[in-house]
Amino acid sequence: MALPLFPPESDPGPDFVGLLRMTAGRADPPARLEAGASVQVPHGTTVVALRYADGIVMAGDRRATAGNIIAHHAMEKVFPADRHSAVAIAGTAGMAVEMVRLFQVQLEHYEKVEGSVLSLEGKANQLAQMVRQHLPMAMQGLAVVPLFAGYDTARGVGRIFNYDVTGGHYEDTDFQATGSGGRDARNTIKLGWREGLSRDEAVDLAIQSLYEAADEDSATGGPDPVRGIYPLIAVVDAQGYQPVPEAEVAERFGALIAGKQAERAQ
Amino acid sequence: MSMPYYVAPEQVMKDRAEYAQKGIARGRSLVATTYDTGIAIVAENPSRSLHKISEIYDRIAFGGVGKYNEYDQLRVAGVRHADTKGYAYSREDVDARSLANLYAQYLGNVFTHEMKPLEVEILVAELGDGESPNQLYHIAYEGTITDEDRFAVLGGDAETITERVAAAWQGDWDMAAALKAAAEALAGPDRTLAAGDLEVATLSRGNGRRTFLRIEEPELAQLLA
Repeated sequence: MALPLFPPESDPGPDFVGLLRMTAGRADPPARLEAGASVQVPHGTTVVALRYADGIVMAGDRRATAGNIIAHHAMEKVFPADRHSAVAIAGTAGMAVEMVRLFQVQLEHYEKVEGSVLSLEGKANQLAQMVRQHLPMAMQGLAVVPLFAGYDTARGVGRIFNYDVTGGHYEDTDFQATGSGGRDARNTIKLGWREGLSRDEAVDLAIQSLYEAADEDSATGGPDPVRGIYPLIAVVDAQGYQPVPEAEVAERFGALIAGKQAERAQ
Repeated sequence: MSMPYYVAPEQVMKDRAEYAQKGIARGRSLVATTYDTGIAIVAENPSRSLHKISEIYDRIAFGGVGKYNEYDQLRVAGVRHADTKGYAYSREDVDARSLANLYAQYLGNVFTHEMKPLEVEILVAELGDGESPNQLYHIAYEGTITDEDRFAVLGGDAETITERVAAAWQGDWDMAAALKAAAEALAGPDRTLAAGDLEVATLSRGNGRRTFLRIEEPELAQLLA
């Protein structure tokens, strides 16, 4: 390994992906699949993000499926992107996790090379470029659709960005969900969301939305008290990214289920 | 046929070394020292945006003195090296020693083969974890590399500053004491350096994954008081 120095006219600047291309540290994309061939690879499913008074809450179930098989019971789909933002993934698990890893390094790399943090909008655009570069794979059925949200330190609000496979990204002012159970989760949040939710209310709403999604969509995992596996939830506010402790999530799920049982008993 | 003038290799090296030393001596110096829970790096630098001290990786910091454009290019190369290595392997596999060696090789190469040597001195500091100790690698303009585990001084006036730091140095001092001593050593007996004249950063256990932290003016003034 030599010191990666470049002449000024070909310097990649703070772009980590460009640097990888120049140093050939990145493997070539996998060979094209035969037309009509289908591969059964693990897919991640439902993730949600919603805005509350001080920032955003992001949550994802833990199930990965390959066809009708459950590939993983405890997959993690919510990640810190950097100090003030989070990214959640739905789609082909292996590629999505790799995309997140590259995205995390890219944000930190920019920050260190430039000496300043990218704006939230800038981060969202960076992720869009990565999703767009992935389009050829998406056309072959290996799609990755992330959800990006963070606390905009310049404006002092939480913001949510939703992506499609072409890298198109759309800002959602209040909430968004994606993945196979995304529709059910989104409808649940739609009914419960209002301006100025507290952190606890927002976490409860995220939990409820994943519960309802798991109720309707077989690829979305519900709470699993036998193994002690619960959805992964993170809060991003002015203090930065904080995961919600698993014990708290378990307790809130318990309260939700107890409430449902009480309703049925009446 | 005209014969090129013969210049003895000793003379070439001596001239280059003199040139580099002169360039470095024009700039201001930098002190890095360990303290009870980390490493403090203190540089005399009135600029708030043209940094001498920067973050390379989770537990690695960079310090440079001499010509800004030359050491800044080396800083960026260090960030690139660390990030590509951490991405290809794992974050634990990024270490200061291999980076310091690369810097030493590069500086040595430029010194012997190029017209002009680089007018810089480089520090690569790595915060130890429980098992490995703190490391301070000091790389000179001609590629000489030395490793220290107590403190390192870079810059033109290094000898006298080293004497002053050595006299004050204690193994178990806290951050405030270390910063104060470093600032006094940089200033010398005839003047005092205020918070606005200094650039300070630490690598500290307890800062989370990324241990690098800049200490900015209001807090720095309190620590130096």
